[in-house]
Amino acid sequence: MNKIIRYVFVDLLRNRTIIFYTILLLILSISVFSMEDNYEKGLVSLLNIVLFVVPLVSIVFSSIYLYNSAEFINLLVSQPLKRENIWLSIFVGLAGALCLSFLIGVGIPTIIYAYSTSGLTLIGCGLLLTLIFVAIAMWTSVLIRDKAKGIGLAILLWLYFGLLFDALVLFMLFQFSDYPIENIMVGLSMFNPIDICRILILLQLDLSAMMGYTGAIFREFFGNALGMGITLVVMFLWCIIPLWLSVRHFKKKDL
Amino acid sequence: MVAGMSHAATIHVGNASAIKEIKKGISVAKNGDTVIVQAGLYKEGNIIVDKQITLMASGQVILDGEKKFEPISVKSPFVTIKGFTIRGSGHSSMNDIAGVKIYNTKHVKIIDNILEDNFFGIYSQNSKHVEIYGNKIQAYGKAEQLIGNGIHGWKSDSLHIENNTIVGHRDGIYLEFVTHTKVLQNLSERNLRYGLHFMFSHDNSYIANTFRANGAGVAVMYTKHVHMEGNIFEENWGDAAYGLLLKDISDSQIINNQFDRNTAAIFMEGTNRVNIENNLFKGNGWGVKIQASCMDNTFNNNNFLQNTFDVATNGTMTLNYFANNYWDKYEGYDLNKDGVGDIPFRPVSLFSMMVERYPSAMLLFRSFMVTLFDRTEKLLPSLTPEGLKDDSPRMKSVKV
Repeated sequence: MNKIIRYVFVDLLRNRTIIFYTILLLILSISVFSMEDNYEKGLVSLLNIVLFVVPLVSIVFSSIYLYNSAEFINLLVSQPLKRENIWLSIFVGLAGALCLSFLIGVGIPTIIYAYSTSGLTLIGCGLLLTLIFVAIAMWTSVLIRDKAKGIGLAILLWLYFGLLFDALVLFMLFQFSDYPIENIMVGLSMFNPIDICRILILLQLDLSAMMGYTGAIFREFFGNALGMGITLVVMFLWCIIPLWLSVRHFKKKDL
Repeated sequence: MVAGMSHAATIHVGNASAIKEIKKGISVAKNGDTVIVQAGLYKEGNIIVDKQITLMASGQVILDGEKKFEPISVKSPFVTIKGFTIRGSGHSSMNDIAGVKIYNTKHVKIIDNILEDNFFGIYSQNSKHVEIYGNKIQAYGKAEQLIGNGIHGWKSDSLHIENNTIVGHRDGIYLEFVTHTKVLQNLSERNLRYGLHFMFSHDNSYIANTFRANGAGVAVMYTKHVHMEGNIFEENWGDAAYGLLLKDISDSQIINNQFDRNTAAIFMEGTNRVNIENNLFKGNGWGVKIQASCMDNTFNNNNFLQNTFDVATNGTMTLNYFANNYWDKYEGYDLNKDGVGDIPFRPVSLFSMMVERYPSAMLLFRSFMVTLFDRTEKLLPSLTPEGLKDDSPRMKSVKV
C-alpha cells in the first residue's frame, strides 16, 4: 500500500499541472498580501481564491488523473492486491499531493503574512476542501466510465457547489422570508462544504457584523463548541461518504 | 461671607479625635469649615451635608450604607466631598437612592471618591455648577431593572464631569434635562445598557471619553446642539449594540471620534443637520446606518476602514451628503493625481440593502453569487439609492 501511495505521490509531484497550480497559488497569495496594506483584507481576497480555485482544481484535476491512469489501475488490479487498498492508496497520494501544493501555495504565505486565527482557519478550510473534492472526484470517476462525461460531471458539480447552490438558497430565502427560516438556513448550509468554509471564515473576519442581531443565529450555532464539533463532523462526513461510496463501487466494478 | 472664610476652622473626626461621628462633626461645623475624617469604617446611615463645608477623607475612609441608606446627601451649596470610599447604598424602586446625591443646590464638588456597589453612583438633582472629578464608580449589576446609573443628572445645568471611571452600572452617564454641561475624559465600560445616555440635554459637549463594551453602546436622543469630539467608541457589539445611536438629534457636531469594532458604529434616526467629520470607522459591522428619516447630515473627511458594510440605509431617497471621505473599498482611479478619485464611490452595496430586508441573507455574505450581484449593481445601479454617493472619494486615508 505504501508503495502505491509513494508512486502516485511522486508521479504527481512531477506533474506539470500540479507544479503550475502550486506556483499559481503562491503568486496569487503573495501578490494579494503585498498589495493590501492590511492582512485581513488580504485574507478576504484570498478567501475568494481558495473557495473558487481549490475545489475546481481538486475535482477536475483528480478526475482527469484518474481517467488517465485507468490502465495503471487495471495493471494494479491484476496484481495480488486488495482493491480497497489500491483505491485508498490512490486517494491518499492524490489528496496528499494536492494538499502539499496548497500548503506551499497558500499555507506558507498566509503563515508569513497573516499568522492569526482567521489565517489558520483559512488554511484548515482549504485543506479540508481539497480532501472533500478529491473524494467526490474519486466517486464520480468510478461511477462513469466515459472520460468526457466524467469530467463534464466534475465541472457541473463544482458549478453547483460554487454558484448554483447559493443561488438556490437565496431564492429560498426570498420566497420564505416571512417564516422563521434561520435554523433551516444553517441546516441547508451543511449541504455545501464550500458554504461551511465560507461561514467559518466569515465568523472570524466579519465578527462585528456577525455579532449583531443579523448574525446572532449563526454565531450561536457556529460559535459554540457543540456547533463547531458538528460542523467539523459534517466536513469529515463530506470527505468520508463519497470516498466510502467510491470504494464500495470500485470493489464490485467490472474493469 | 468673606468674614466667614477667614475664620474657617478644621474639625477632625475619627476614633482618635474628640468627635467620633461624621454627623456630629457636621453638626458642630460652621459655613466655610473643613471636616477631616480619619481612616476607618463608618456606618452612620444617611449623612446629610446641609452646610457650606468641605468634607475630606484622610486615608481610607469607608462610608457603608449597609444596603439600606443613602450614604451622603448634599443639600447645601458650596460643598466639597473628597477622597471617600462610599459603598453599599440602599436599593429602592420608589426613590433613586445614590452613593452621593445632590439635592436642589449649586456649586458642589465631588472629587476623587471611590463608589462601590451602590444603586445609583453620583446623582445630581435639580442642581447647578456641580463638578464631578476623578471618581471611580463600580457596581455589579445583574439586570437593568435592579441597578441605577453611574453618574445621573436630572434637570441640572452646567455640570462638569471629568476623568471618572464607571463600570457595571445600568447607564454609565445618564443626563436628562441637563444643559450646558461638559463631559470630559471619562471611561465608561461594561455597563449593562448604555455607556452614555442623554435626553433633552441641549448645548452639552462630550470630549475625549471612552465608551467600551457597553450592553448597547451609546444612545443619545431628542437633543439639539451636541458637540462630540475625540471620543472612542469601541467593542460595543452584541445583539442590539450601537457605537452611537442618534435619535432625533439636530444641529450637532461629531468630530474626530474613533469607532472601532462596533456592530453599527453610528445608527441615525430622525437626525438632521449633523456634521460628521474627521472620524475613523474601523472594523465595524456597519459603518453608518442611516434611516430614511434623516436629512441634511454631512459626512466629510472620514476614514472607513475594514467595515463589513460602510453605509446602509432603508430608503431610496438621499438627503444626506458624503464628500471627501476615504473608503478602503474604493476601486476607482485618479488620473490627474490630485488625490481625489475620478469616479464616484457608492458606499451602499446591493447586498447591504438585501441584508437590511432579509437579515438571514447574511449567511451568504462573500459568496460568489453575492459578489456577482454587487459587481453588477456597481456597474448599473438600479436598486441602491442613486444619489447616495461620494463624488470626491480620497485615494489615501485622512490623517487624523
